[in-house]
Amino acid sequence: MLIKERTTSVSDIRLMKGNEALAEAVIRSGCQGYFGYPITPQSEILEYLADEGRQRGMIVLQAESEVASINMVYGAAGAGARVMTSSSSPGVSLMQEGLSYIACAELPCLVVNVNRGGPGLGTIQPSQGDYFQSTKGGGHGDYRLIVLAPASVQEMADFVFDGFDLADKYRNPVLILADGALGQMMEKVEFREYNPAEHMLPKPWATVGKPKSRERNIITSLHIQPEKMEQINIHLQDKYRKICENEVRYERVYTDDAEFLIVAYGLVARIAHRAVELARAEGIRVGLLRPQTLYPFPQAALRDLATEQIHGMLVVEMNAGQMVEDVRLAVEGKVPVEFYGRMGGIIPSPEEVVQALEKLVRNDVKHHAEVY
Amino acid sequence: MDHEVMNPEIEALDCVYEKPGTLTDTKFHYCPGCGHGVVHRVLMEVIEELGIQDQTVGVAPVGCSVFAYHYMNIDMQEAAHGRASAVATAIKRILPDRYVFSYQGDGDLAAIGTAETIHTANRGENILVVFVNNAIYGMTGGQMAPTTLLGMKTTTSPIGRTVETAGFPLKMADLVAMLPGTYYVTRHSVHTPNAVRQLKKAITKSFQYQKQKKGTCFIEVVSNCPSGWKMTPLQANKWMEENMFPMYPPGDLKVPK
Repeated sequence: MLIKERTTSVSDIRLMKGNEALAEAVIRSGCQGYFGYPITPQSEILEYLADEGRQRGMIVLQAESEVASINMVYGAAGAGARVMTSSSSPGVSLMQEGLSYIACAELPCLVVNVNRGGPGLGTIQPSQGDYFQSTKGGGHGDYRLIVLAPASVQEMADFVFDGFDLADKYRNPVLILADGALGQMMEKVEFREYNPAEHMLPKPWATVGKPKSRERNIITSLHIQPEKMEQINIHLQDKYRKICENEVRYERVYTDDAEFLIVAYGLVARIAHRAVELARAEGIRVGLLRPQTLYPFPQAALRDLATEQIHGMLVVEMNAGQMVEDVRLAVEGKVPVEFYGRMGGIIPSPEEVVQALEKLVRNDVKHHAEVY
Repeated sequence: MDHEVMNPEIEALDCVYEKPGTLTDTKFHYCPGCGHGVVHRVLMEVIEELGIQDQTVGVAPVGCSVFAYHYMNIDMQEAAHGRASAVATAIKRILPDRYVFSYQGDGDLAAIGTAETIHTANRGENILVVFVNNAIYGMTGGQMAPTTLLGMKTTTSPIGRTVETAGFPLKMADLVAMLPGTYYVTRHSVHTPNAVRQLKKAITKSFQYQKQKKGTCFIEVVSNCPSGWKMTPLQANKWMEENMFPMYPPGDLKVPK
């Protein structure tokens, strides 16, 4: 169905914008339908798919709103197709009701948020202000999205393949949480070998027309009896537990001898990496932990690092301090966790991050005990 | 009734009318006299007679007919409030050789889902939209709808709908008939045997047009709400004829040339 000739049999290297690399990966992943609405800074995804995607067999529909887009994703995913939408912060807010329905009806799909500065109409510059919305459910009711946080154009592409596969594996919506800079910047990207037909799972639950041989298939999130609705919730929570057990991904840099740890994701992790190198040149033994999955969150990895060796952690984000709450929950007060952030579309510099780190080092009780 | 105790004389009779296989055995939850049950049945009769049960996907709305999929023995999706036509659009785009319909009430289609309704029709999506208009929010207990008549009392228009506070009744069929994407727009009712037969013909034609990929077919069924209107079923049908029909007259609004 609509995926002919989309196999990448030899990996292939290109120089591309993040949004375009993501869109190219969408085509190569065998995605059958894209439903979206223009919004800066991610409109290139819709534009690329409207041209390249359609030529290579995709259904691409520019919807009348983000509300319509996400409900089209619901319908198309329910009909058994590999489908997605993309948007940026205000548009993703409009999709939250639909995402709650999709999560409850257990429809696999991919959603991309190229995060811009808020609240409100905000700015078109990059931000991480949607961390809470992305990782805590976002809409009404108890549900979670699997949230992947790319930090490079390479990962903008890679996480599309992984995202669709995870969505199918768990029958759960997957969110790629990028930001305006990752969407707009150009880098080298290598497209992996990938044959969609080998990855797409059968969907016997899809509504495709009821043959005599089976009962009718129903896609719904409505279970009016509370006993039934509780069972649905218990099932979802069991699934989220499995996701937390199996799908945590993160990257550690310079953590073996680290006395301090920076925790950052996405674009900020790139800046923090540079800050770590600058601080090490000053003699500060600092490492970096970069969550690649924001849900499931690398809680155990952080708890394990909150040992005698680590004196303190610095969480850096492009928001007022959102992921820092999850880091504090993970380390359970065993080490001090400080926060440094810029808001409203401002990107922090590596030097600012080093300054914030130096403050943490100066205030460190253990460090002083050793030095004096 | 228990089969064994039935009168053998009755058993000897020929069956001339029975429940279509496209309806499940679940008892309708609809109030006595409500039009939904008849519309469900007619729609499912057509699907059975056309032999397209295995090729049809329906979309249920939010409203009194939210449980339509309990009764319709076909593959179905339950849409968020107002989004049934967007959901149906996507199903049809993914499965272009299937028959797709949405089944929506006036709160769903004419208030919260107005944008999706207009744009689905304007794109000329090859689906059937069945629009049951009883001028009230029945499921939530009888609030004013966009289609509520002027002067009509509801729980949120307790002295009767006035233009000053709530504007005018919205004529959705007239609106979508103006759009080039619609192929067939017609208005019916189910309060008399003849009206039921007319509706059945319209549904049959709509599925035939869908097969020919002619564009959006839109059938409004002007219906009643005995509970919400606080009338007996007979009073409600009489009131509907006298008050609803002047605003929403049955008949074709747009037919193939």
